[in-house]
Amino acid sequence: MKVKVISRSTDEFTRERSQDLQRVFRNFDPNLRTQEKATEYVRALSAAKLDKIFARPFIGAMDGHIDAVSCMAKNPNHLKGVFSGSMDGDIRLWDLATRRTVCQFPGHQGAVRGLTVSTDGHVLVSCGTDSTVRLWNVPIPSLMASDDSSDNEAKPLAVYVWKNAFWAVDHQWDGELFATAGAQVDIWNHNRSQPVNSFEWGKDTTISLRFNPGEPNILATSASDRSITIYDLRLSSPARKIIMRTKTNSIAWNPMEPMNFTAANEDCNCYSYDARKLDEARCVHKDHVSAVMDIDYSPTGREFVTGSYDRTVRIFQYNGGHSREIYHTKRMQRVFCVKFSCDASYVISGSDDTNLRLWKAKASEQLGVLLPRERKKHEYLEAVKNRYKHLPEVKRIVRHRHLPKAIYKAASLRRIMTEAERKRTERRRAHSAPGMLGRQKFSSICNNQTSHAEVFLFLWELLHHLDTIPFDNICNDSISLTVHASASPCSASRTPEKIPSAMPSGDPADLLQ
Amino acid sequence: MGVKAANVDGINFVPAVEQGVSEEEDMKVKKYLRGEAADLGALQDKKLKGQLAVREELYGKSAQAAAKAEKWLMPSEGGYLEVEGIEKTWRIRQEAIAREVDILSSRKQFDIVLPELGPYTLDLSLSGRYMVAAGRKGHLALLDMKNMDLIKEFQVRETVRDVVFLHNQKLFAAAQKNNIVLRFDFVLLLFQGACSGNLKLGSTNLVLRKGDCMWIINQCKILENKDLVQDLIDVGKSIKFIRNGDFQNPEEHGAAARLQFLNKHFLLTSINKLGQLHFQDITTGEMVGNFRTGLGRSDAMEVNPFNNVTAVGHSGGTVSMWKPTSAAPLVKMLCHRGPVTALAFHSNGHLMATAGMERKIKLWDLRKFEVLQTLPGHAKTMNFSQKGLLATATGSYVQILGDFSGSQEYSRYMGHSMAKGYQIRKVLFRPYEDVLAIGHSMGWSSILIPGSGEPNFDTWVANPFETRKQRNEKEVRSLLDKLPPETIMLDPTKIGSMRPTRKKEHPTKKEREEEKEAAVEGAKSISFKKKTKGRSKSSKVARRSKKL
Repeated sequence: MKVKVISRSTDEFTRERSQDLQRVFRNFDPNLRTQEKATEYVRALSAAKLDKIFARPFIGAMDGHIDAVSCMAKNPNHLKGVFSGSMDGDIRLWDLATRRTVCQFPGHQGAVRGLTVSTDGHVLVSCGTDSTVRLWNVPIPSLMASDDSSDNEAKPLAVYVWKNAFWAVDHQWDGELFATAGAQVDIWNHNRSQPVNSFEWGKDTTISLRFNPGEPNILATSASDRSITIYDLRLSSPARKIIMRTKTNSIAWNPMEPMNFTAANEDCNCYSYDARKLDEARCVHKDHVSAVMDIDYSPTGREFVTGSYDRTVRIFQYNGGHSREIYHTKRMQRVFCVKFSCDASYVISGSDDTNLRLWKAKASEQLGVLLPRERKKHEYLEAVKNRYKHLPEVKRIVRHRHLPKAIYKAASLRRIMTEAERKRTERRRAHSAPGMLGRQKFSSICNNQTSHAEVFLFLWELLHHLDTIPFDNICNDSISLTVHASASPCSASRTPEKIPSAMPSGDPADLLQ
Repeated sequence: MGVKAANVDGINFVPAVEQGVSEEEDMKVKKYLRGEAADLGALQDKKLKGQLAVREELYGKSAQAAAKAEKWLMPSEGGYLEVEGIEKTWRIRQEAIAREVDILSSRKQFDIVLPELGPYTLDLSLSGRYMVAAGRKGHLALLDMKNMDLIKEFQVRETVRDVVFLHNQKLFAAAQKNNIVLRFDFVLLLFQGACSGNLKLGSTNLVLRKGDCMWIINQCKILENKDLVQDLIDVGKSIKFIRNGDFQNPEEHGAAARLQFLNKHFLLTSINKLGQLHFQDITTGEMVGNFRTGLGRSDAMEVNPFNNVTAVGHSGGTVSMWKPTSAAPLVKMLCHRGPVTALAFHSNGHLMATAGMERKIKLWDLRKFEVLQTLPGHAKTMNFSQKGLLATATGSYVQILGDFSGSQEYSRYMGHSMAKGYQIRKVLFRPYEDVLAIGHSMGWSSILIPGSGEPNFDTWVANPFETRKQRNEKEVRSLLDKLPPETIMLDPTKIGSMRPTRKKEHPTKKEREEEKEAAVEGAKSISFKKKTKGRSKSSKVARRSKKL
């Protein structure tokens, strides 16, 4: 007979000295842990509730401008630094950690409309309604940290005066060029006082532009004729154009999928497009109740932030039809510009009330350095919440947001309006002969002659204004028109190839002669 | 030629040991997989299919990792009893086992003889370290089984029918009768086991009796009564607990005959003499469920550890299973031709043992609700061990059955006779130990059953070596993870899964046509009764027939 019974000596299972850690033994047998799913569900529920409790996204306001903030730029080379320009011509460099002005860049006579920083982070480019483009040296971050005085004033590196007021500026990724938007799109070099190239398609003002982060020569612009145009600098002529139902205020490229961009439109929606296939929007992001003024992608490319005329900032998933998050305060007025920070954890908004506001990108995220145990706990709770997110109770808690009364009412009104519109078109289709109201598609119209395209465009405009034909497109709010431009350069004008090197670049008057 | 053949053999040759190892590994992996993988072939949604495939792969990997880690995480081996030659396991007596095992284990064999206040019923804490024993005549004892230490002893001087540990060894509930205040009603009392040290046994008794009154007193607001307030201060902790808990009238439980505690839900379950089932949340005092079973009185109540469904055995031979949120039983099964005397659940929740008065012990498969095996014999009390041994006891004899064929065929494993005349009231396997605790009419005993307990405990589930700090922390954690009573259901793995979309079945065109034709045919055969009062005018009859 052989017998063995379980026998545990206390010494083997307890710690030797009181300074030691307690001994831990594991057994992952499912029979020992019953009701696993119920426990996980309860944890998911409490994680969702905790998220709501800890949702304090607002970090602080940055006060200093004396007029509305019109534009912002983030420094790709320095995490803490963010530039902002205001309607009175003031440009400031902010330190996000201390939320104070580090440096000011005086000089603009009118409103600053565009700000951008070169990819190496050394040069700041600003432009404004005073028809000037100014280049500034960005102060070195190490000095910035030690220097405490806020009235640090910088001198411009160069001032280029041009013929028209500017609306936007953006710098090429990893290059020497930057582009300004105004009466036409001008391509500039740092060292030239005149644009090296300029583009034009139609007579309307270009109001925003953004370089593609993946392909440095591709440029997307939007104009006040409701169009979005894509330019290729190598082609020296516009590449593609679509016309929306309303004006597009801003464009942002997805940094991780650089063929996709999202346009912030006046009609309260954002439209994500594949630049190779402009005949339909990949996704329509709805939730704002007033014009979307600015948009910026997170460096992860998974989400973007929008600022709107309805005084809210929203965060959307790159493929989500509705916003993940809404930020608002009682004091925040119409938001003109928003930026995602370069580490994807903060959002900065600039609004009409002269303040910049700093928000967390994830409302309930714990800031600061996390202990490994804390981090694991957060990860676990996030995972169980994600696992049970489709259950009604968890879903209800996760989805709930407090909205200002005005937004809530406007949203419900908008819902009624869109529903009525949908019903109307449905009924119209039901009561008309088959084929009469076919799906109108203006996609992939290829013209070899741009003039044809323009004629067609005119016709389309006419139709649209008469509103005789109810348009019905797949993206249901936008009508897209694509024109593949020919190789013939008709609207692009080239500036002289060579500028005499002897010419002083600092004197703009000479250049204009 | 021969060399070649040898070579080929060499390639295909897998040593028998390795093959055995891989099979063993597969068995282990299967344990951690928690069931079959989902069938993704039927899915239409490609995106969902991809996501689920990734998840399934992850499950497989984690199960494999857990199986591999077993070697290091679970170093202890289980107990065993091996016989040689013509020896039979059931002939081996406890004395022989005691001679073979180490001195620490042989100390786990003992008999405590307390002839005065028995018969005794027992309960063990989750970790198996603490035991509470309740004599029918009012003796309550709380013991530390590891150190063989009596922690606390009460004499409540009234009938105690059952006793159960709550979420840790600091609290237990006793079903007892209070014949002074509540006049021959049975009440449920909650004790703070091991109260603060300065309390004497006598004062505890006194105060507890006053504590009984407090249910009534609280309602009448007699806190002005100075004597009582002084008493309240005296017992501090235990009274505070009762006050904080704000229990509803414990009389509602009535003459509680059996008690059970659902430790994940913090629900105290009781069945009383009248066959009423009560579920009370002990953290809020709320009576979650109060159901009349209507199936006769019952002496057996057990909780299925897998899904926390409460099973009650009735005098009519039925076993009913209950959840606290529905007034009708989930399952009502006729198990025996006589009263059900005992019930037990296997820890995997698929196997139930019932014993009836008609000398039968039946093993049921709870997935199919079918009898697996019927054994002859009485059983007053039964219990499954963690490793699946079944202890049955009647009179003064305990029999241990085991499933050694692997096909759920239980056969004799061991037996133990107490001294003649002892009436066994309760048998309980100690978790994480190879020990069977027996409560009987003359006290309580403990015997060694090799191979009954799980050799490896998990510190976060039940820790026999728990320190005070760990216990406090665990209490908070378990309160945070307290499950709502709605999560008790027959299949707890259903939680979080979606109800399959029920497709509305439209009849096909052919079916519709056929239905129409059948209706027409049916209508043709209808002969209308001739009605008088001017309806039988020839013109009208003609018109009517035309309509048809």
